[in-house]
Parts: sequence; structure tokens; C-alpha cells
Amino acid sequence: MSGPTAPRKLRVRFTKTGKVRFTSHRDVARIWERALRRAGLPVAYSEGFSPRPRLSFGLALSTGHESLGEYLDVNLREDAPGGDVACELFALQVNPALPVGLEVQAVEPLAAGADSLQQAVTSSTWHFELSGLSDDALAAAIARTMATDEIVVTRERKGQEVTEDIRPCILALQVLPPGTGCGVAEAELATQPRSLRPAELVDALDPALHADRVVRMHQWTLVGGARQEVIPLPPAATLAPHAQARAS
Amino acid sequence: MATLDRDMRQPTRDIWTELEPHLADVEKPARYIGLELGAQTPEHAPHKVSWLLTYPDTYEVGLPNQGLQILYEILNERDDAVAERSYAPWTDLEAVLRRERIPLFSVDTHRAAGEFDVLAFNLSAELTFTNLLNCVDLAGIPVRARDRHGDHPLVAAGGHCTYNPEPIADFLDFVVLGDGEEAVGDITEVLREWKAESRRTPESRHNVLRELSHVEGVYVPSMYEVDYDGPVLKAVRPRYPDVPAQVEKRTIADLGQWPYPRNQLVPLTEVVHDRLNVEVFRGCTRGCRFCQAGMITRPVRERPADQVRTMVQEGLRRTGYDEVALTSLSTADFSGIEGVVKSIVDGSSDDPTSCGNVSVSLPSLRVDAFTVGIAAQIQKARRTGLTFAPEAGTWRMRQIINKLIREEDLYGAVDSAFSQGWRRVKLYFLTGLPSETDADTLGIVDLARNCVELGKKHNRNVQVKASVGGFVPKPFTPFQWFGQNTVAELQRKVGLLRDAARGSRQLQLTWHDPKATLVEGLMSRGDRRLGPVIESVWRQGGTFQEWSEHFDLALWEKAMAEAGLEPDWYVHRHRTEDEVLPWDHISAGLHKDFLWQDWQDALAEVGLPDCRWTPCYDCGACTGYGIEHVVASPVPPAGGSQGTGQDLMRGTGVPVALTTKRPVGVGTP
Repeated sequence: MSGPTAPRKLRVRFTKTGKVRFTSHRDVARIWERALRRAGLPVAYSEGFSPRPRLSFGLALSTGHESLGEYLDVNLREDAPGGDVACELFALQVNPALPVGLEVQAVEPLAAGADSLQQAVTSSTWHFELSGLSDDALAAAIARTMATDEIVVTRERKGQEVTEDIRPCILALQVLPPGTGCGVAEAELATQPRSLRPAELVDALDPALHADRVVRMHQWTLVGGARQEVIPLPPAATLAPHAQARAS
Repeated sequence: MATLDRDMRQPTRDIWTELEPHLADVEKPARYIGLELGAQTPEHAPHKVSWLLTYPDTYEVGLPNQGLQILYEILNERDDAVAERSYAPWTDLEAVLRRERIPLFSVDTHRAAGEFDVLAFNLSAELTFTNLLNCVDLAGIPVRARDRHGDHPLVAAGGHCTYNPEPIADFLDFVVLGDGEEAVGDITEVLREWKAESRRTPESRHNVLRELSHVEGVYVPSMYEVDYDGPVLKAVRPRYPDVPAQVEKRTIADLGQWPYPRNQLVPLTEVVHDRLNVEVFRGCTRGCRFCQAGMITRPVRERPADQVRTMVQEGLRRTGYDEVALTSLSTADFSGIEGVVKSIVDGSSDDPTSCGNVSVSLPSLRVDAFTVGIAAQIQKARRTGLTFAPEAGTWRMRQIINKLIREEDLYGAVDSAFSQGWRRVKLYFLTGLPSETDADTLGIVDLARNCVELGKKHNRNVQVKASVGGFVPKPFTPFQWFGQNTVAELQRKVGLLRDAARGSRQLQLTWHDPKATLVEGLMSRGDRRLGPVIESVWRQGGTFQEWSEHFDLALWEKAMAEAGLEPDWYVHRHRTEDEVLPWDHISAGLHKDFLWQDWQDALAEVGLPDCRWTPCYDCGACTGYGIEHVVASPVPPAGGSQGTGQDLMRGTGVPVALTTKRPVGVGTP
């Protein structure tokens, strides 16, 4: 994959865990811009009066949620080495420039013309630590939710009240066996055509529930009708220490 | 009751674990997590004096403060000290802290503020005084110094507002005047022994404070007695023979020996002035009579140009910033300015990683075409707005305030800016200056309108923004004797300006709230009797007073009435030459008779040139400290204006009588 014809785009998978989860999506974008400059990576810049590094971020993660699967597309300069070499170097160079909790896990070359992250990702898997309900009551609430055909919620959008059925966005929802993940419950929530936020799911489950911790575990795409992780990690990597304990 | 055995203290409290569950419920929680590039997690130890450097305003405002960042590094480099940082929590987090009984904390290691040896505040604005009290209270420390016990941390302050420390004297254990670089080391050495004591008693606290009062630049308010005669202040005098009658500010002789910050903090979230800052010189001798910063930071000490270049290059590489500000009180006056700017601009375009996109900002632009030329050199791209500070609307007024900008200088600068592609010009003005007439006030709009006309020749969509602030007389300036304009008078002047500015789409007028100006005036020249007023406003919830949504004049008026004090007497009254001023026992190096003479010259509309390049008029700053201006160039910079390097007699209708002043005598030290 290396050589003059290799793509100059990279897709990066990274974590956001621990204290740094309290930064906003915009903060993370700024942190990345500076980290790439510090690392001296040959990032392409936009033209015009205010040149900016050409980065494309995936779906926003709410401030305060953690993630073991965030994504970013980076455009490198035309004269930069591309392909696998660039991928290997990327993580080595950029990780020391990132704050504790943001860490590159995997980098892949991205074919020219590939779908953007916003277009490609169809759903995310989330883990929740919840309080406010007993284990039994939580299991009952989850069972009730999955047995329903329609969950109508009202929310405000651009100053107007909108009524929507969010049930189609809940692709999967279950109690997690103890010690198997980052919490007590797991959900797969659609991001297309409408994105369901984890907080909306928790509200819909039971008003008494409070999410103490929310972790994005995976982001999925559809490839030929089959669900596939955007960049899968080797099995060992999914049990990285920060998946077990918070980095804070 | 007063003393806790040191060994009986609770082990270090883990504030992060207590705080974390609540952060999702507050605005901008990234303000409370630390983790900035350059942040340190120092190891505390019994032999290390621990400082909590606190900015009494929000993280966004406080993080960029260079003073605190410099001291943070210098202290952490020492073997006998550690330093962490704290900022005022916003009101939502404060409510959580009080409800959950979580104390104020450091953002570096989330350690409780009460576990530090010193809480040191930077005071850059008078309206943050109530926030200082709030932070001390949130730390679990009594707000009044006299109520503190042997084991409480010492509460200290430095920064420009502490040149009149009297209004906050009740709340501070000690004050550091002037440059902090050397002083914090001396203080640490004094505190080391006190820290090592296993039992701290009220006596040992008294002793260490008395010891601190011997350190040059340190003022310990409790070591002084204040005498009044009715409303009149008679004297502030030391209680003990070993305590100095007058406390001199601290001055570092050579900025080149202090290339700090070496590791400027790069925040994870948005802050003001979010860029690399490199201080190119300290001090200013332009001699603007309203400007406290220019008076109290003399003499001028330039950083060697090579060191500036190195600090810029290394700083950009280390931080990943794409913008650098060359800071000082008037950066275009820096001897090496053209060369430094050129090397930054050229250097960044040669550096493959920078993509040639480093922008340079000069926060204090001088008003002339030369300066705009430099700005054009560095802002090849983003030419959006330029800011100038003519400060007053007429030449007469500018002579009085000694801001010797001719109208042609301003028009030259503005024309040059518009012709080179800038579309927005911002002009800073003061109103309520000594002997200001309505014609002077209205001159502001005349100047601004003329700038609009100049702009229209180049572009239809130009915008001129005139920003007007009410003048607050400051200690250690020639205007310290001047009675500030009343709220009503300032409001009337704002009204005049608004009427005059009406009807122009391109001219926008903004102004500072005259009510806030009143409270600033109260704090600026107040005495110790204002302590209870500040405390009362704080107790009634008056925090974040410099934020317009929180400022509440009614709280201050009520507190003043309760204390039986007259705002008029403190703020609007002209002082006489023989009056004892509340800060007379403090010295910024300036002879009081020099300031008085300069005040008389102001009223006579006589200007005073910049002494960097003209003979010394002995203000006291150099002679008193036995140091000189450190200026690389023996001549004024190219295009120098404002009374240097220019013949102010030349040109059309410049009514200046710029006399070279005779020395005003040595005077009292």
C-alpha cells in the first residue's frame, strides 16, 4: 500500500477515557489540531485566509461520556509518505502529544472517495453504569422497552416541539453479565436516519434511572448489508487496562 | 482550640473522587480537570513549602495569566517548594461544593486548598476582590486574617491591584509588591522553618509573618497600625521597630535571566488569549498619566532579541500553537521588533511542520503607520481587525493625559490599515478625564467618524468600533489626586456620545457600565475601612462582580451605608497635595513629588517625553533601585511617535508645547 499512489488519508481510532472525558467535542478537535502540530505530522491544510488542518471528526460524543471507539479522518499532505508506513508512524508520533485519556488504538489508510464517518457509521454500542433502580427493576424496564413497538417522546428542536418514535433507534438492549464490560447494561443505538443519544434512552427506560457512567464501546457500519466495526481491534486490545478501570 | 497537631491532620483528601460524580451537572466541566500540556503533578513533602496559586476569576480568564504561570514554574523548580493552581469555580460548581461540603481544590492533583501552606492570589482587577473572599471561604479558611489559627494556610496576594492593598488588608496575611520571580524564593525560605514546626501556634504564625515583613517587597498588613482623624487618614505606621515604615516593590534587574514561562500551559478547553505569549519587555516610560501599569513597572527592561526568538521558536514547537503574542505595554517600542517579527514570519514559513501559518499578534499597538506596517508584515492572512488606543478625542486632552498621538498619526494609521485590507478598526477611549469638557468628550465621535470616512475611500463595508471606558484614577499615577466623575456625569457623557454617534451604520459605540466604574474607583483608592464593605457584599452573594450579569451596585451601596461610609468622599473627591494617601507606606519607586509635579503639568497641558531616549527627569524608579532602563537601542524605534523621534512642532496645526522637563529634584525616597 505504500508508494506514490497510496492514499493520503488516514482513519484513526482512539479512546476518550478518564478526566479528559469532560472536554467537549470542540475541545477535542482543538486538542487534535495542536497535537498534530506538536508531533510534526505532515497534515494537509485548507486553502484560504484561515488555513485549518484538514481533519474530519466522526459522531460527536456528549461531554462527560467516555469512549473506547472514537474516530477521526486525517488528510496528509501530497508529499507525505502514505499507506502502512504512515499508519505505523502516526500512532507512535501522536500518542505522546495527546493528553492522558486520549490514545490512538489503530490507524488505517483510507481509500480516496470513501464515505465520511458521518455517512458510514450506522450505529454505536454503549455500556452504562446505572443507579436509581434495583437490578430486577432494571431488567424489567429493559424487557418492557424491548417488548414495546413504539416509544413516543417529545423533544424540542429549533424551538419547536417534535414528537418522535425512538423505538426503531434501539437496535439492541440487554443487561450485562457482571464483570463483562463497562457497566450493567449494553445498548446498540442507531445513528441513522436519526441518532438516539444515550441520555434519551436512559430517560425513556425509567425516569428514576441515572446514568453514572456511559461508555461508547463500538461504532458500526454496514458493508454489503452486514454489520462491521469501522476499525476492529485485535482481541487483546479490547481488554486494554482503561477498559477495566478509569484512567482518572 | 487554635492549634491542631500537624501529625493529627487528616491524610490528603482525594477531592477528585468526590468531585467527579458532579461534573456532568455543571457548565464547561473541562475547567476543573487540569491535564493541560505543561501541567505539573508535584510531589508534596514535609520539607517542601506548598503554594496554591489562585486566580480569583474563572478558569478561562485565569489560566492564561502569565504571572501565575511564571511563579508556578519557578516554584516547582525549587527543591524546597511545590506549586499547584486553582481558579474560582463558577456559580453552579460553587453550589455543588457548598452542598456536598467539598473544599476548593487544585486542578493539578485535586488536593484540598486547605492542605497548602500558602494560598497566593493574583489580583489584576478590583472587582475580583469578593471572589478572593469566596475562594478563601471555600478553602475552609476564615476570611479575616485575624480569625485564622496557627494551622491555617497563609493567604497572600500580588498583582497590580495590590499596590493599594488597604481595602483588602483585613483578608490578607501578606502581600507581594512588584516582580514575583525572586520574591517567591525568599518567601519560601522564610516559610520552610515554619512549615517544619510540628505544632503551629498563633505565636509561630505571628513570628513567621513578622519575619516575612523583612523580605524586600513583602507587606504584612497586620504589622501596621492605622490612625484616623474623623474621616481623614492620618498615618499607616509599623507596630514594631523592625518592620519597615515603607515597603518597596520588588524589581528584577534583568528579564533575560528569567526566560519564563518555559513550558507555557496549553489548556484542553477554550480560554481567553489562547496562544503562545512571549513577554518582550517589562515596564513602560511612555508616561501616559492615567496608566498605572506604565508607572508601577518602571524601569523598562527589554528581553534580549535572541532570547525572544528562541522562546518563540521553542514555544511554538512545544505547544502546537499557531499564534504567538509578543507582549508588553507597547510592543512596537521593542528595540528589536522588526527583526524579531521578520524572523518569526520567515522562520515559520521555512519550517515544514508549521505550514507557514503562524500568526503574530501585538496586543498593544502604537498608533502610527509604522506599526500598521509591522502588522501587515505579520498578518498576511487574517486581516480582520486592528485595535488602537488614542484614549482621548482631542489633542488638548491627549496632552493632559500625556498620550501624545497627533490626529495625523491616528489618521495615518487608520488609512494605512484600511488601504492594506483591514476592514475593522477598534479604538479605545477614556472619558471622565481631568478637566475634560464636552468638546473633548465629543471629540471621540469626531475622531471615529473621520476614521469611518477614511475607510470608506477603500471599502464600503468598513467598521469602526469606539469603545469608551469611564476613567478610574489609580494609585501611583499623577492622576491619583483627581476626583473621579460621578455615575451621573459618566452617564451624561455616554449619552452625549450616543447621540453624536447616531445615524452612522459604520460607527459602533460601546461603553463600560458607569456603575461598575464607581465600584472600581471605590476599591482603587480606598482604605482599610472598606474591608467590612467588601465582606458584606460577598456575604450577600456578590461574587463575579466583573461579570455584568452578576454585578450589583445595590449591594455595594447598601454595604457602604451600613458601614457609615460615603462613596462620594472616597471616589469623587479631589485630593490635596498634603493629604496622606492610603498607599503612602507602599513605594513603587516613584517620588511623590514627581507625581505631583506631573499632575500640575497635566493641568497646564504640558507633555512629558519618553525618557528611554530623552534625558532622565528622575521619577525615582531607576535612581531609587540603582538600575537602569535595559534598552538595546539608543535611539527611538523607526517611526516612533508620541513625543519621541518626531518633531511635534512640525506638521499642520499641531498645537504642542512639548518641553523637555527639568529634573524635579531628588525628593523624598
